Amino acid sequence: MEATELDREKTAPKRLGVVDCDIHPAFENPQELGKYLPQRWRDHIRDYALRTPNPFLGAMTYPRMTPGNGMRRDSWPPSGKPPASDLGFLCEQLLEQCNIEHGILQPLAAGAVTNNQDLGAALCVGINDWQIDKFAGPEPRLRASICVAQEDATEAVAEIDRRAHDRRFVQVSIPPRTIEPIGRRRYWPIFEAAEHYGLPIGLHTGAFGQRPNTPSGWSSFYLEEHYAASNSLQTVIVSMIMEGVFERFPKLKIVVVEGGFSWVPSLAWRMDREWKRMGGEVPQVKRKPSEYLRDHFWFTTQPIEEPEENRHLADLVRWIGADRLMFSTDYPHWDFDDPRFAFRTPLDPDDRAKIFRENAMALFRLDHR
Amino acid sequence: MSDTLDRPRAMITAGAIDTDVHPPLPRQADLLPYLDPYWAETFQSRDVDVLELMSFPERTKPYRRADWQGEGDALVAMQKDLLDPLQLGQAILNVVSGAHALFDPYLQLAVCRATNDWLADQWLSRDDRLRASILVPFSNVAGAVQEIERLAGDKRFVQILTLAAGELPLGRQSYWPIFEAAEKHGLPIGIHAGSMLRHAPSHSGYHSFLIEDHIAMTHGFATQIASLIAEGVFAKYPALKVVAIESGVSWVPPLMWRMSKDWRGTRVEVPWVKDSPAALIRKHVRLTSQPFDAPEDPSEVETMLSHLLSDDMLLFSSDYPHCHYEGLDVLPRGVPEAMLQKAMRANALATYPRLGG
Repeated sequence: MEATELDREKTAPKRLGVVDCDIHPAFENPQELGKYLPQRWRDHIRDYALRTPNPFLGAMTYPRMTPGNGMRRDSWPPSGKPPASDLGFLCEQLLEQCNIEHGILQPLAAGAVTNNQDLGAALCVGINDWQIDKFAGPEPRLRASICVAQEDATEAVAEIDRRAHDRRFVQVSIPPRTIEPIGRRRYWPIFEAAEHYGLPIGLHTGAFGQRPNTPSGWSSFYLEEHYAASNSLQTVIVSMIMEGVFERFPKLKIVVVEGGFSWVPSLAWRMDREWKRMGGEVPQVKRKPSEYLRDHFWFTTQPIEEPEENRHLADLVRWIGADRLMFSTDYPHWDFDDPRFAFRTPLDPDDRAKIFRENAMALFRLDHR
Repeated sequence: MSDTLDRPRAMITAGAIDTDVHPPLPRQADLLPYLDPYWAETFQSRDVDVLELMSFPERTKPYRRADWQGEGDALVAMQKDLLDPLQLGQAILNVVSGAHALFDPYLQLAVCRATNDWLADQWLSRDDRLRASILVPFSNVAGAVQEIERLAGDKRFVQILTLAAGELPLGRQSYWPIFEAAEKHGLPIGIHAGSMLRHAPSHSGYHSFLIEDHIAMTHGFATQIASLIAEGVFAKYPALKVVAIESGVSWVPPLMWRMSKDWRGTRVEVPWVKDSPAALIRKHVRLTSQPFDAPEDPSEVETMLSHLLSDDMLLFSSDYPHCHYEGLDVLPRGVPEAMLQKAMRANALATYPRLGG
């Protein structure tokens, strides 16, 4: 009986026009980013390589399950270029087929997690130029993220200052696996700049970081790694709330990208319970932690958790709030969520519209150019 | 469905099995009678005394209820505060010892052995309602197996204790001899809140505040269970049970959903995992009831618990003497009557075969 209801709802997003909050543009070839870098850094990478905390150069510590480091098998364009590097094919396979009205680019290139911080800052500048040049410039449905290397807050703020006037950029992007908990004051200049320009900060789940992916060290399998990465987003939320970030920056908005969301209610209950018994440790937290969570955080939906009983997903939407979830596909990755089939739970049409479109339209001010 | 708040508490807890009760950490003087001369000399010369975990600091306010700070005999206090008024049938003692975090594998074994003997002598022998978890050195697997075998004949020891965050993910093959001995003797593995801090508690290093360590402890539980599943521990030891102690409960359905979905896409990586992680968690993992991370509205608690799709998983616990509730208001609000009834006793008996006799 539930199945018939679901089938009927599959057609709904088509008419609405979907906003996809997580699209990963790719370089045509390993040399492409170099064109957007000063000669000094091109030579540096050639001579000394691009060093990150990853134990390998150019290989994954947890090999992905599909070719191209975890791409959809059907996402290679006819041109033979890598998935999501060919704008024409990206428009056809994603924007047209899935009725995406706006898509937010989330570059995953190694700017912010580069060990050499000056190189990281230069990479971010290059990545930001490239997003406009290759994607958001020629294709008005696509919007870009201001990538910054967050460990050097001064440089990060300078880059935000350079880009904020360009409305094709709709958020600041930093990885959640910061070297210190992200609520620490060393990162506050970035929050100040983002709040000043009214730009949300998007924190996209990251495979690489300087710390083990579990508090018991490194897991053995990709199955575990893929789960454990979502915990880094919980750390972001807890750290920002407990350090008092939102008391200082009351208009700051945070988007948790590709962390899933099923854990959000449990985290809210847990934070409130612990705050009730030991709030005295954190006098900068003036309100219940769940209130900051409710006011300041948005969540993209992919990889959407799939309860064994679909209706349980509706409980999560009720607990989190339909106004805080934003649909995303994660194109062109293997665990892509298709807006025509994802979110297998009966949803109120208004809530559906919010999740698939309206929340992101409002948060990113996508009606403005 | 109504909960049981308006019923006399004693009617519900009478005869119940409390799966998480804490004696105070033993001091050097407590352990000396159970050490051989070499270790007794070592403890005294090298000042091996109370081993209190930074991640589970029993001296701090959240761990000490003002009205449960009686002077004198801690067992008498426990009887007066908890066992007698709730008319408990049995209670399992968990010593959350820093022994786990010692680097010297032989010292680790010495502290575990002495603590186990102290428990048997000073606690179990003085109140026949009490049972205990065995401390074993996970950094010294041969020693751990030896210690399990040494105590296996004493049915008052009902579980093997470890921490939510250790040296290596818990499912690693190097630990399997411990699981083999545990399964053989009907001893569940109790994963208790706490970290050895061998690694940072978060992907972004060390937190500023204790409250953050507490909140993040679910990452430890979840990744330990993910490791046990992914490494194939439950395929190899199908009778093994794991109890997440002081874990908060509601983090479990999200782990089930995400890991089951990921497993569908990655099972070629772990071909020994034949059942979905959600099914494995329901079969092998049990959860103590305090603390309890739940919606404020008790009517939503039943919904939250229904996401487990199981009424076998919840085990009653008081977490005595930590601060979670007022007075003896030990039962989480909103737990449906039938689930609560099973949690009080039947689920524990099914989890801990040695409790039955």
